[in-house]
Amino acid sequence: MAFPRSDLTAAPARPSQQVPVETMPVAPVTVKIVVAGGFAVGKTTFIGSISDIEPLSTEAAMTEHSLGVDDAGGVTDRKTTTTVAMDFGRIALPGNLWLYLFGTPGQDRFHFMWDDLITGAIGAVVLVDTERLDACFDAVDYFEARQIPFVLAVNCFDGVARHTLDDVRAALAVRPEVPVFYTDARSRQATKQALISLVTLAMARMQP
Amino acid sequence: MDDAATPDPDAGRPPRRGHDLYDADADGADDSRIVRPYTRTRGRTRSARNDLPLEALVSAVPGATDPVATSERRGILKLAGESMLSIAELSAHLSLPLGVIRVVVGDLADQGLVTVHTGSASSANPANDLKVLESVLDGISAL
Repeated sequence: MAFPRSDLTAAPARPSQQVPVETMPVAPVTVKIVVAGGFAVGKTTFIGSISDIEPLSTEAAMTEHSLGVDDAGGVTDRKTTTTVAMDFGRIALPGNLWLYLFGTPGQDRFHFMWDDLITGAIGAVVLVDTERLDACFDAVDYFEARQIPFVLAVNCFDGVARHTLDDVRAALAVRPEVPVFYTDARSRQATKQALISLVTLAMARMQP
Repeated sequence: MDDAATPDPDAGRPPRRGHDLYDADADGADDSRIVRPYTRTRGRTRSARNDLPLEALVSAVPGATDPVATSERRGILKLAGESMLSIAELSAHLSLPLGVIRVVVGDLADQGLVTVHTGSASSANPANDLKVLESVLDGISAL
């Protein structure tokens, strides 16, 4: 005579071991988008226009060598610690998804933090200030070199476009498939469109 | 890296201000206001979980008691006990550098005091998961 199969009899044998559901919520899936561009181009405004939470600022400590002259007149090579701050926001989306938006630190000497930021990101929105086009060269180079999906969002602070999108595209010499459009970092609707454009691009890249 | 080939974006600009970047000298304070990160992490600057994503969510394990209870650990356990928070949010709320949060959260996870949530059901990196991106697109569109 065979023993009963355990998988048939074991089922009702675990009465009260279950942890109440409310203490174990299913963790949201988190995704992130990087918001890049030159200093003071409106990254934090852009993030704040759509974030559920007031944009927060986080820091990474970094150690740098700094050359200086000591009291005795000698040249010193000191290590100094500085902090680099990044602003970020969060949007809860249906389907238990949290989308984080991270602003990059502006200077290229903080590329080590960009690497951290961009790992696992959907892609990047590069905010462009047409008064200072050169301020976003760095970001464009960075994302192109790493084949990270990015869009160029030309920020019109006062609703006045000083350059045509074709001019911006030509000046930055981006590939034709890179979306270039106007945005207003203060406008939730415009920010939404910018994010839609980026996610659409990222999805198109994934299609076989 | 190709730093040499890229133009310095800050050439000719005024010094950076605000919280986008600051250092010890910017507000006239001396170095003593900086807490060296390794004092928070018992000398370690890396952990086995050093690569915890900024957006990884941390939740405290209910009922677990912490035998060590440093202020950083207490802070993380308190916040992560109230709601799930990302590594980045813990860093921001506790005013501790990301590296410190990563090391301490790594310790707490190793000791079974917190759970770290990363990835999606079908991918370690949700950004490579077409289904996740579709949901993100639908979600943003419906905002």
